[in-house]
Amino acid sequence: MLIIILKILIPFLIIFNMIPFLIWLERKGSAYIQDRHGPNRAAFFGIRLGGMLHSLADVLKLITKEDIIPLHVHKPFYLLAPFLALTVACVTYAVVPFAHPIEINGEPFTFQAADLNVGILYILAMASLGVYGVMLAGWSSNNKYSLLGGVRSSAQMLSYEIAMGLSLISVLMVGGSLELNNLVISQGATPWSWNFLTQPVAFFLFTTAAFAETNRNPFDLPEGESELVAGYHTEYSSMKFAMFFMAEYAHVIMASALIALLFFGGWQVPLMSTDFLREQAGLGLYILLLAHGILFMVAGIFLLTWFKKGKYGDLRDYEVLVWGIPLVLAGLGLSLYTLLHGSFDLTPLGSQIFAAVVQFMTFMAKILFFCWFFIWIRWTLPRFRYDQLMGLGWKVMLPLGLMNLAVTGIILLMR
Amino acid sequence: MNTAKRELETNTMLLNLGPSHPAMHGALRTQIELDGELIVRAASEMGYLHRCFEKHSEHSTYQQVIPYTDRLNYLSALMNNVGYCRAVEKLLGIETPERCILIRVVMCELSRIMDHLVCVGTNLVDIGALTNFWYFFNVREKIYTLIEKVTGARLTYAYTRIGGVARDIYPDFPAEVKSVLKEVDQAVNDVRGLVVNNRIFVERTVDVGRVTKQQAIEWGFTGPCLRASGVPHDLRKSEPYYLYNEFDFDIPIAENGDTYDRTMVRFEEIRQSGRIIHQALDRLRPGPVHSDDPRVVMPPKEEVYGSIEGLMRHFKLIMHGIEPPPGEVYSATEAANGELGFYIVSDGSMHPYRIKVRPPCFPLFAAFEKMIEGLMVADAIAILGSLNIVVGELDR
Repeated sequence: MLIIILKILIPFLIIFNMIPFLIWLERKGSAYIQDRHGPNRAAFFGIRLGGMLHSLADVLKLITKEDIIPLHVHKPFYLLAPFLALTVACVTYAVVPFAHPIEINGEPFTFQAADLNVGILYILAMASLGVYGVMLAGWSSNNKYSLLGGVRSSAQMLSYEIAMGLSLISVLMVGGSLELNNLVISQGATPWSWNFLTQPVAFFLFTTAAFAETNRNPFDLPEGESELVAGYHTEYSSMKFAMFFMAEYAHVIMASALIALLFFGGWQVPLMSTDFLREQAGLGLYILLLAHGILFMVAGIFLLTWFKKGKYGDLRDYEVLVWGIPLVLAGLGLSLYTLLHGSFDLTPLGSQIFAAVVQFMTFMAKILFFCWFFIWIRWTLPRFRYDQLMGLGWKVMLPLGLMNLAVTGIILLMR
Repeated sequence: MNTAKRELETNTMLLNLGPSHPAMHGALRTQIELDGELIVRAASEMGYLHRCFEKHSEHSTYQQVIPYTDRLNYLSALMNNVGYCRAVEKLLGIETPERCILIRVVMCELSRIMDHLVCVGTNLVDIGALTNFWYFFNVREKIYTLIEKVTGARLTYAYTRIGGVARDIYPDFPAEVKSVLKEVDQAVNDVRGLVVNNRIFVERTVDVGRVTKQQAIEWGFTGPCLRASGVPHDLRKSEPYYLYNEFDFDIPIAENGDTYDRTMVRFEEIRQSGRIIHQALDRLRPGPVHSDDPRVVMPPKEEVYGSIEGLMRHFKLIMHGIEPPPGEVYSATEAANGELGFYIVSDGSMHPYRIKVRPPCFPLFAAFEKMIEGLMVADAIAILGSLNIVVGELDR
């Protein structure tokens, strides 16, 4: 029972804690792209974490803000919409596998909350439900801008779901399973056998459709702030607005996770299969700890070089020391300990857990990379127009998806 | 059969774009009738930023009007200063020294660059490409800093005086301008690289809001919007004022007159303005920056304290200001948006009898409602940005 609760909670918490991080990444990333400094003001006793405290400040501000419910809204749906949006965005993680299943006392243990044998169908179903939050918000707000945003969003999501489904089918045909874990295992550990090379068209279709599903630039028409003020969430304030905001980022993380799972080998470590990782666990742990020790030291020394007394003239001067000195010490301790200890000797269970941890880290790195990809695209491209968006969905992506399906089918038959 | 054929009854929807709307820079208002996302009809309304510039001027002296002109097109305020002062000087029949003219030309072309940077940057923001805005605003900030060093202000300069400019430029100014112009070129190249062949941008702008040659002339377009439609009309070439006929520069012309062309014409004008600035700076020689006409310039202090004529001249200028002879004058300059005309009627007193401004935005915004009919909401936003309507100038 406890294990089940933990299995549900841990992925959920990971995702939820990634949202503020992603918001920070978006702000700093866009600042980096745009030649700006980005957030760097919010401080707690001089500690700013490179602007990451702004996310905390935002949460406090949004929670304590007055929650305005306009008189002209359709109240039940108006209240329901943000909850629906966020819930649907969050429950999708249930089927995401984070590492290769391990065996404890002969019992298989999977690293996913629900080991559904129809995992992909579940994801598609949940993604389709996501439209309800946006649509209800747009309709119940009783505001013309919101209504237009809701209409755009529902049309967009419905049309792109088809392309998404078609690209998924070809992946299923190659992988031969609806279960996400099997799909990952079937892709193997070698990067050139991953699906983005064997199914490039499906990869492009799926990525484009994922952008459309997350309502982000260049598909951010439902918000389209220069046209529709704020689109479907124009009338929302305080935490209700924040829920839509969080739902967007939850969708981004989910889309990144799916791209990584379906096309980039999920938790597979490049060139290192699960068996290899388990066999070499002792040596692997040694290298991993040593590498981390050195990394910590380098990062700490890098931070320490930033120290300049009187830069700000207050506590902020010492922030780099607060992070830099412990990092250097921890790195030094870790490397010394590892060096003195020598190679590790792990039990079979230990080596399995080691492999799972490495795979988990690889998977998170892949997710983060695609999150960054989403941010990168958002700050680079202009937005589509409504009819162009529909044209792209129905006239380009749908035929391409069908063609890809046919070609994949023929090749699979010939083999 | 009949029931199956009967169509669903639909209603159109009225939507207010503005006066407070993210894409309506300033306080523009257009009411649009929507059929789905298609604009069936549109009606614009102006006057939300009416500040009685013209009426106010009738109660001010000629010098006092200069700060008001800053508030017309606040993106390129120096051009309004120059345009107004040139009109009054024409009324008075004053010739300004060459150094003053060259400084004015440099300031005007810098303003043109800044205006175009803002216009293109915000237009791209409205289309959804946010990053370009910062690439442009970074260099705009640098130009601002240079102009601030000369004029002492960042937005409302009130730099020109009737008969000259308020103060001379500082010695390093030419070199600094040239180095900033290099950065402007770099920024323009960066943004061009991001948009010119960008499929989404091209689809959003090509053939959107097309204005034919005929229409552009009929609607009274001037400036980049007219040149984008293929009419090679630029006051700097067709009725050269100041020293523009002696500078070597080209007028960019496009053919289609759509949003894409308007943007591209502006990109090219930035480059041409840079060329003019280089030539003007190279021609700059030491000399006076103000005319020595006794009707407009204060006598030196030795004369005021040493001679009765000087004292009387000082008194007259302080108490009465400039008193042009009775008459009327129309003087137009090529501002960033098009022809900026000042029509001034003088009755011989210290106040202008009437000042009428011909703002380049007015015909553009008047045509806006005709241009967007039958297009989509997103197109209307893209077109509005490319017309570059500055409400301070539109409503006056």
